[in-house]
Amino acid sequence: MSFATKTCRTRIKLNRKVFGYPYILFLTIFVVLPLVLILVNAFIADGKLTLHNFVAFVQSSNMKVLLNSLIVGVVTTVCCLLIGYPVAFLLNKYYRNSVMVLMFILPMWVNFLIRTLATRQIFEWMGVKLGMGTVLVGMIYNYLPFMILPLYNSISGIDKSYIEAAQDLGADNLTVLLKAYIPLSLSGIISGITMVFIPTISTFAISELLSDRQIYLFGDSINDMFMKSSSYGVGSVMSLVMLALVLISNFLMNKFGDKEEESKGVW
Amino acid sequence: MVKKILSMLFLLVVIAFLYMPIVMIIIFSFSNRTDFTFANGFNFDAYISIFTDKNSGALLQAFKNTILIAVISSVVSTVLGTSAAIGINRLGKRMKRIVNNVNQLPVINSEVVMAVSLMVFFVTFKFPEGYLRLILGHIAFSTPYVVLNVMPKLVQMDNNVYEAALDLGATPVRALTSVVLPIISPGIVSGFLLAFTLSMDDFIITQINKGATTGIDTLSTYIYSDARIKGLSPYWFAVFSIIFVVVLAVVLFINLRKKSKGSQTGGIIA
Repeated sequence: MSFATKTCRTRIKLNRKVFGYPYILFLTIFVVLPLVLILVNAFIADGKLTLHNFVAFVQSSNMKVLLNSLIVGVVTTVCCLLIGYPVAFLLNKYYRNSVMVLMFILPMWVNFLIRTLATRQIFEWMGVKLGMGTVLVGMIYNYLPFMILPLYNSISGIDKSYIEAAQDLGADNLTVLLKAYIPLSLSGIISGITMVFIPTISTFAISELLSDRQIYLFGDSINDMFMKSSSYGVGSVMSLVMLALVLISNFLMNKFGDKEEESKGVW
Repeated sequence: MVKKILSMLFLLVVIAFLYMPIVMIIIFSFSNRTDFTFANGFNFDAYISIFTDKNSGALLQAFKNTILIAVISSVVSTVLGTSAAIGINRLGKRMKRIVNNVNQLPVINSEVVMAVSLMVFFVTFKFPEGYLRLILGHIAFSTPYVVLNVMPKLVQMDNNVYEAALDLGATPVRALTSVVLPIISPGIVSGFLLAFTLSMDDFIITQINKGATTGIDTLSTYIYSDARIKGLSPYWFAVFSIIFVVVLAVVLFINLRKKSKGSQTGGIIA
């Protein structure tokens, strides 16, 4: 009898595995293959295998756009962190698990185009000239909730006895913040940075709408390369650059984030 | 005490920053003007114009497209993602890691890159322009979220429960449908809700893959093409207000219900 159940079980285990196959096929076709096509396109110009697209990209104005975007990305991320950390900290201290926390996260569920258009309307009403300043405020406005959420989650996961230990050992408030809170919430800080930085440099429409098309960010250029000038080659190179940034930040996130948090899922 | 009041003030300032545009749009949706005054008095004209404006046909069509794409793609994603999670959970260690990493790709990847890579793929293999491309694209970016929501429930589940069902004479299919599925159902439901919301909310993937000639618009691409050029008309104030209220109410409802059940620790939303 035991033999019978055993063969039966191995067969069943195989069976349950089978449920994964359609999705594995789907992923290969609709996620991996398109990225492979981008990789191939990056190395092909005029039907030949060359590095021409890379040279064209480095020499084009898109390089400047990339640098600009990185600056906008860094400024936005730093501002979100400077506003978001105190918010997450105070929420955790005074309003743990209350509706107040929800209030800070809710806006991220409203479509970003609608929020951006609403902000633009307000800027126009206040008579603020659209430009770099409005783009930055708009970006911070859009991505602040994405910074607060991971920060709040990681701060609330801190074991309070570490904090108490630091205090008992005579650390003042600043030392507790720098040596206990910040290192212990590092995983949240890194994932907050990633969730703000990557979308900021690669989104399109926000900068276009908030600067009356004066300011271009990398996402806008990638979009234009494919949709307006159909230069797939250079566009693919730019996508690869973007992909590299994504993978680097993801690598950092995995390195510094604790494993448990990671398996808990995305947000 | 002073400290607490100061911190509360700080939080209120940030809240004001986050909600000011939303609140202003809602208040002045009742003025039927775009200059944030009540020069025409308080009225519902903006809301009435949703149905009478020359754009209302196109708006209604965009709304229908949004729902159609969201329903089809989220149902398919949920089925595909749930069965995928069951399968992936049984894979060998190495294979499991590879599949999980590839599954993460659409989640971590920049949306523009995902969108253009799909576009190049659809063009290369000559997929017909239109709904098919959009629905496939939406399934591709939302299924990973279903898998990520179902997987933890499967990992938590005691595998002996499944084995016990088999030992008690259930067929494997029966054991899955009446034992495994009910146990992981909270993950399936939140995965489905997330897939639906992500699809409704999507702009970048849709904008790049809708094709120039089909004229298919979802709400977000329609807003982009209309409001970007002409600016917001009073009619958009009304539409936005409705969307704000519906979205905020739904998310609030889901979260408060979740919290009252006390099912999740720490994490809010999804």
